[in-house]
Amino acid sequence: MIRIEKLTKTYKNDQSRLVALNNVSATIEQGEFLGIIGSSGAGKSTLIRHLSLIEKPDDGTIWLEDVDLFQLKGRDLLRMRRQLGIVFQGYHLLEQKNVFDNIAFPLQLVHTDKAKVKDRVEELISLVGLSGKAHAFPAQLSGGQKQRVAIARALASSPSLLLCDEPTSALDVVTTKSILDLLVEIHRKTNVTIVIITHEISVVKAVCQRVIVMNEGSFVEDGSVKQIFSAPQHEMTKLLLSYQEGLL
Amino acid sequence: MTELLIKGTFDTLYIVSMSTLFALLGGLPIGVLLTVWKKDGISPFVYGEKLLSGIVNTVRSIPFIILIIALFPFTRLIVGRSYGIQASIVALVVGAIPFVARLVESALAEVDEGLIKAAITMGATPWQIVSKVYVVESVPALIRLVSLTMITLVGYAAMAGVVGGGGLGDIAIRYGLHRYQTDIMLITIVIMVIMVQLIQSGFNFIANRLDRRRA
Repeated sequence: MIRIEKLTKTYKNDQSRLVALNNVSATIEQGEFLGIIGSSGAGKSTLIRHLSLIEKPDDGTIWLEDVDLFQLKGRDLLRMRRQLGIVFQGYHLLEQKNVFDNIAFPLQLVHTDKAKVKDRVEELISLVGLSGKAHAFPAQLSGGQKQRVAIARALASSPSLLLCDEPTSALDVVTTKSILDLLVEIHRKTNVTIVIITHEISVVKAVCQRVIVMNEGSFVEDGSVKQIFSAPQHEMTKLLLSYQEGLL
Repeated sequence: MTELLIKGTFDTLYIVSMSTLFALLGGLPIGVLLTVWKKDGISPFVYGEKLLSGIVNTVRSIPFIILIIALFPFTRLIVGRSYGIQASIVALVVGAIPFVARLVESALAEVDEGLIKAAITMGATPWQIVSKVYVVESVPALIRLVSLTMITLVGYAAMAGVVGGGGLGDIAIRYGLHRYQTDIMLITIVIMVIMVQLIQSGFNFIANRLDRRRA
């Protein structure tokens, strides 16, 4: 269980003050498939940087079970980071390493036994549907295939949370569908908690059970996808839905 | 005369390779520190970075021929005398370390920043990020940097010839300049041109072979 508790973050400089996260709270249960949606500037990126433990809040915190994530330091912090799997919009693979070594990377960081690494990586390669590509380099793969490698890498250390930051925003419609299908399949097989952060309402509709709508640094709606999208309360949700319809 | 030129060629090759080797040993860690100590680096230490950067700039702004002479006492301390092959290696290494450090810094700056962030979120230690991400990802750039350093040092080594540094530069100055033997001067130039071409194409070949970024 992850508990986001009164998380607040303000960016200041001489001229301006930007409240990126305004006292947001939510609880994410183990095994949930949650979508967090908002337009640009809603605070999604700030939230991700906090969930992935690369930024500290001004106030509030995030709990993972009974651990206060922002109290962690040194080795404990590194250990916690290794328990989170993150998938990025821009893949961010090692360009000089092949598929196998990219997926093995998180395991090698903790000096996992070679035979174990091999078994685990082969298992993941087949899970993400890249059999036969173990020795290909990222430059030889399509965008969808690169994202599959990134998903396998995020799952390598068997995380309890898979955090996906705009995982399909760089992909075409067909590839998006196949990546989302893969996430659903992974969720079904492993029951890992998945949080997708996106600006695409179709992504949330396609795969998530629950959705949180963000606007100007706040969580403005939180509930089941069905309920929220059939009876949107907040203006931002209505706006997002209307754009979606307009596009179709 | 042929013998002299052959010896000069080998001396230059020796001077250039040895000083490149030591310049890399010194410049690589400094380039890494300049990168990771930056304000938004993986292990920020702003004062350290400023100090190191200042030293690097200072040495780089001294014309090499002046540097050689200024280093005479230091060179004597290290190798016992201030002329000859060993002495020119000392001066070349000191002159080339800051140059290599800046090249390393710019090679590492080319590494995808998002990948560095990704490695941090995966729980990599700063040392692991340096050794398993920065260095691994910039291998082709680092190989090209070796050839750039060697080529620059071929030129610098010739300058060291002015103060009896040995090698082709020394021959060019003693025979070509002081004794007006223009043919000797021309031959040394031709040898150096060939040397530079070979270094350039050899290292380019290796760098391209090791570059996985093209399909």
